Amino acid sequence: MTSKSLLAAGVVALGLWGATSAAKAESLTVYCGVDEAWCQLMARAFEEKTGITVDMTRKSAGEIYAQLRAEKDNPKGDIWWGGTGDPHLQAAEEGLTEEYKSPMLDQLQPWAIKQAEAAGNRTVGVYSGALGFGYNKDLLAKNNLPEPKCWADLIKPEYKGQIQVANPNSSGTAYNLLATIVQIMGEDKGFEYLKALHKNINQYTKSGSAPIKAAGLGETTIGIVFVHDAVAQTVAGFPIVPVIPCEGTGYEIGSESIIKGARNLDAAKKFYDWALTAEVQSRAPEVNSFQVPSNKAAKQSDKAPDLSKIKLIDYDFKKYGSSEERKRLLKKWDDEVASLPQ
Amino acid sequence: MRFRENRWPLHPTVILWMAVGWVGFALLPWYGVDGFFGLSWLFDGYPLDSEVAPALFLNLQGQKLWLAPLGFLLLAPFLLWGRAKSDPLFGRLLILVGAAGFGWLLVQGFSIGLRGWQFDWLNGLFGELGDRQFGMGYGALLVAGAFLFLFTLGVAARGAIGGDVFVVSSIGFVVTMVAIFIFMPILQMFANAMETDTGYSPLVFLGKLFSERIWGLDCVFGGTRCGVAWNSLLLAVLVGLATTFLGLVFALVVTRTGFKYGKLLRALTVLPIITPAFVIGLAIILLFGLSGAVTQGISGMLGIQPTRWVYGLPGLLIAQLLAFTPIAFLVLIGVVEGVSPSMEEASQTLRASRWQTFWTVSLPLMRPGLANAFLLGFIESLADFGNPLVLSGNYDVLSTEIFFAIVGAQNDAGLAAILALVLLVFTLGAFYAQRFWLGKRSYTTVSGKGDSGVHPHLPSALTWVLYAIAGVWTFFTVVVYATIFYGSFVKLWGVDQTLTFQHYIKAFSIGWTGFGLHWSGSAWQSFWTTMEIALISAPLTAGIGLLTAYLLVRQNFRGKNAFEFATMLSFAIPGTVIGVSYIIAFNVPPIELTGTGIILVLSFIFRNMPVGVRAGVASMSQLDRSLDESSLTLGANSFQTFRRIILPLLRPAMLAALVYSFVRAMTAISAVIFLVSARYDLSTSYIVGRVENNEYGIAIAYSTVLIFVMLVVIGLMQLLVGRRNIGRRGVQSKGGWSVRTNVGIPTGGQQTIAGAG
Repeated sequence: MTSKSLLAAGVVALGLWGATSAAKAESLTVYCGVDEAWCQLMARAFEEKTGITVDMTRKSAGEIYAQLRAEKDNPKGDIWWGGTGDPHLQAAEEGLTEEYKSPMLDQLQPWAIKQAEAAGNRTVGVYSGALGFGYNKDLLAKNNLPEPKCWADLIKPEYKGQIQVANPNSSGTAYNLLATIVQIMGEDKGFEYLKALHKNINQYTKSGSAPIKAAGLGETTIGIVFVHDAVAQTVAGFPIVPVIPCEGTGYEIGSESIIKGARNLDAAKKFYDWALTAEVQSRAPEVNSFQVPSNKAAKQSDKAPDLSKIKLIDYDFKKYGSSEERKRLLKKWDDEVASLPQ
Repeated sequence: MRFRENRWPLHPTVILWMAVGWVGFALLPWYGVDGFFGLSWLFDGYPLDSEVAPALFLNLQGQKLWLAPLGFLLLAPFLLWGRAKSDPLFGRLLILVGAAGFGWLLVQGFSIGLRGWQFDWLNGLFGELGDRQFGMGYGALLVAGAFLFLFTLGVAARGAIGGDVFVVSSIGFVVTMVAIFIFMPILQMFANAMETDTGYSPLVFLGKLFSERIWGLDCVFGGTRCGVAWNSLLLAVLVGLATTFLGLVFALVVTRTGFKYGKLLRALTVLPIITPAFVIGLAIILLFGLSGAVTQGISGMLGIQPTRWVYGLPGLLIAQLLAFTPIAFLVLIGVVEGVSPSMEEASQTLRASRWQTFWTVSLPLMRPGLANAFLLGFIESLADFGNPLVLSGNYDVLSTEIFFAIVGAQNDAGLAAILALVLLVFTLGAFYAQRFWLGKRSYTTVSGKGDSGVHPHLPSALTWVLYAIAGVWTFFTVVVYATIFYGSFVKLWGVDQTLTFQHYIKAFSIGWTGFGLHWSGSAWQSFWTTMEIALISAPLTAGIGLLTAYLLVRQNFRGKNAFEFATMLSFAIPGTVIGVSYIIAFNVPPIELTGTGIILVLSFIFRNMPVGVRAGVASMSQLDRSLDESSLTLGANSFQTFRRIILPLLRPAMLAALVYSFVRAMTAISAVIFLVSARYDLSTSYIVGRVENNEYGIAIAYSTVLIFVMLVVIGLMQLLVGRRNIGRRGVQSKGGWSVRTNVGIPTGGQQTIAGAG
C-alpha cells in the first residue's frame, strides 16, 4: 500500500498550512470591489503608511453585498472599499454597514457628499464614472459604419447586431443605463428607446464591463459601458474609442463603507479617512483606473473623461437605488423589452 | 463469525473511543482557535484562559456548565466493565451513550450562540443566558467523533450488518459527514431564501417556480428564446451523450486496437480537464468568434459575412465537450479494461463475428460504465459555470442564472434557490433514469476464478472509424492548446502579436534579497495556497469516495438508496449554490469556518466526492464478491479485506478520484468565489480578476503554468497509486506481476490501467 507515502505528503502539507496560518499583528480585512491591481495598490500603500497588515479580498460589488448579507451575524470583513454605489446604498438601507462621519468630508466633491447623505453617513463616494460607450474603430471602418456620437445614434438600423450591453438583471452598469435613459427621456419615451435599442443588440452580457472587452477583441462593434472602462481598453492598446453621449449621461459613484460589527473598527476608520485623501486618490491612474476621484484636490489623469465638461444628468440615486423602484423597472424591462424578438 | 476471545475487561475499541473523547474533553481547547493547525494556543494562557481552555477546565472554573453532561456521558461506558460484547446491555448502553452525547452536543451548539440563546422561545423559557459561545474547535471535534463511534459500536454489537464494526462505523461516519456538510447548508440556504423575501408565501414561490423565464417554450413555436430550464436540459443531454460516445471511442482506441500512441492520446485527452474554464472559453472565442482566426479564414475563403455563430449552444457544446470528455474517458477506460476477455472468447468460440461479439457481449457489459459516464457528463454540464459565463451569448443556462440571481443587480436569493431546485430535479431525474436502465443485471467480470483471456481486437472497419474520430478530436485539441500556449507569450492577444516573456515575469518572478529567496511575482501567494488546498483535499476526497462506493456496492443495509442519493446530492448542486450555502451555514457557531482554508478543503471534498463514488461503484461492480468472501473466509476482517483486496483492484478508480479531485480543486471557480478570503485566495479567482482587468496575457500565462504543474502532480500521483495488475496472458512483456493482487493466473502479461498521462 501507499498509505505511508500519502500520509507523509499529508503531514508535509499540514506543516505548510500551519506555517502560513501563524498569528498576525494589527490587521485589517478589506473587501475590495474594483480590479485586482487597484486593490493591491490600496492594500500595499496603506500597509506602508500605517504598518497595519491588510488582508484584501477582491470581488465584484454584488458578490461583496451578497457576502455581507450572508455574514451579517458574524462579520469577517472590516471595510468594503470600492465598487458601484448602489449595493453600498442597499447595504446601508439594511443596516449592514456602520455609520461614520469622516473628518475628510469637507474636502470632497458635492456628489460624494450627496452619496453619504443619501445613506445616513453609512457610505461615502470615493470615485465616480460616467456612463457612455466605446467602439472598435477597426470593425467600424470594416463595416462602413458612421461614428456613433449620441444615445440617439445607437438605435439607427445600420447598427443592427453591432451593439452589446449587459443585462440589467445581472449588472449594475446596465441598470444604470436603464435608469439614465428613463431619467433623460422620461419613462414612456425611455422604454420606447430601449425597445428600439433591443433590435440592435447582439448579446446581453452578464457582467457590466464585458461588452467593451468583447469590442476590444473584435467580437462586437460597440459596447455600452462606463467610460473609464472604455478608456482602460484604449490605454491597454485595443482599438477602442470612448464616447460620451451628446445628450448627457448618468454616472455611478464608487463608494466605501465600514462593515457593521467590524473586528478592527479603529483600523477601518483609519483606512476610510485615508482612502479619501488626495494623495492616494491621485495614484489610481498608475494602475490604469481612470475614474474621477472624489477629493477635490486629487490629480486626475489626462486620459480620464473630464466630468466638468460632460453634461451630467441630475441622477437620483435615492430613488433609482431603492429596491422597490429597481424591482419595478427591471420587471417592466423584462416584460416589455427582453421578450421582444430581435 | 470472527469474534475473538475478549481478554480485556472492557472491549478495546470502547476504551479507544473513550480515550479519544477524553483527550478532546480534558486536554484540547474546546472552542475554535486561530489557525486550526497552528499551536499558538499552547502559549495563549492554556489551559485556564477561557478562549483556549478545554471543556473540563472551563467546567471546573464554573464556566459553560452546559458542557458538563458530555463529560459524564464519556464516563458512562465504564458501566460495561467486565461485560462481553455479546451482552445485550453492551450494545444498548453504547447506543444510548452515543446518541445522547452526540445529540446533546448538537442541541447545545445550536441553541447557544454568539449572543446567548439562539431562539426566542429559549429566552422566554430560561431567561437571558448572560453567556455566549464561539464555534467548536478540536476538543469538540474529538468528543463528537467519540460519541459517534461509540454509537456505531453499540449498533454493531446489537448485530446490525453481521455485527461488523468497520462497516457500521463507516456508514455512521459517511452519513454524519454528508448530513453536516451537504444537507445542513442546503436546508439552511433554502430556509433563508424563502424567509427573506418579505415573509414566506407559497403563492409567490409557485409563481416563481413556474415562470415563463424558466419554462417558456417560445422557441419551439417560433418565438425568440426558451426558458433556462429547457436550455440547460438540452445542452446537458447533448453533452452527456457526446462525451460518453467520445470517451468510449478513446477507451476503445487505447485498449482494443493496436494503437501505439495510447500514452500521447491519454495526455491529450487529459489536457482539457486541467485547464481553468475561462481559458478554454477565451481560446474558443479567439478561434471561432466574430474576429476569430477560423471564422475569418472561412468567411474570407467562401466570401460570406462572418457571424457570431459560436455564442450560444454551439460554443457551449464545443467547450463542454472539450472539458468533460476526459471525465467520461477516465470512467470508461477502467470499465472497458475490466470486461472479461473469456466472455468475449467464449462468444468467438461460439462463432460470433468480431462485430457480433462487440455489439452483443462487450458493449452490454460496459453498461455500468456508459451509464456512469453519461451521468457525469450530464451533471457536469448542468453545473458548469465558467464556460457559459464566457460563451453562452443569449442562450441562458441555469448555473449562471443562479449566480447572477445572487450577486447580480437583482439580488434575489429566493429565485436562486428555486433555480437550484430545478437543477436538482434534473440531476436526480438523470440519476434515477440511470438506475432504471442498469436494472438488476449483473455486470461482474473480474472474479476470483482467474481470467486469463486476451481482449480481442475490434472489427477493422470500426477501428478505422474510431481512429478517424479520435484523429479529428486530437487535431482540434492540439490547435486549441497551441493557441493558449502561444497566447501566453504574445504582448496583447489579438492586437499586438510581439512575442514576450513579460507575463511570466510579472506573475512568477523570483527575487533574491538579503533575507533569502523572495517570491516577488504577483501570482505566488494564490499559487501556493491553491497547491496546498488541492493536495490536502485530493486524498481525503478519494478516501471518502471509495469508502462510500464500497459500502454501496458491497454492503446491504436499510436505507441504502437514501444513502446513495445523499452522497450524490452535492454533485447535483452547482458550485455557486454550495458556496453561498456554506457561507450561510458555517459562518456562525457551532461550526465556524468562513475565512479559513478548512472551508475550502471541505467544499472540495464534498463537491468532488461523487466522482470518487461513481468511479468506485463502476469498477467495484465488476469485482466478483467471491474475492471478498474468500478473504473473509481466510480470517481477514472487513477492514483488511477492503484494504488488501478491494483497494488494490480499485487503483484505476482511486487514481481517477485522486486526479479528478486534485484537478477540480485547482481549477474550480464557482463554489470558491464565495469562499476565498484574503488569506486563502485561490488561483482561479486570481485569474478571473486578471481577465476582468483585460490582462489576458497574465491570465493565460498563469493557466499555462497551472497546466504544467498539474501534469507533474498527476504523474506523481500515478506513481504513488501504482497500477492494477490483472493477470492475463497476452503480449509477453518484461513486467512481472504483483503478488498482492493475486487474481487469476499471472503469466507475465501486464495491463496498465491508469487514468491520466
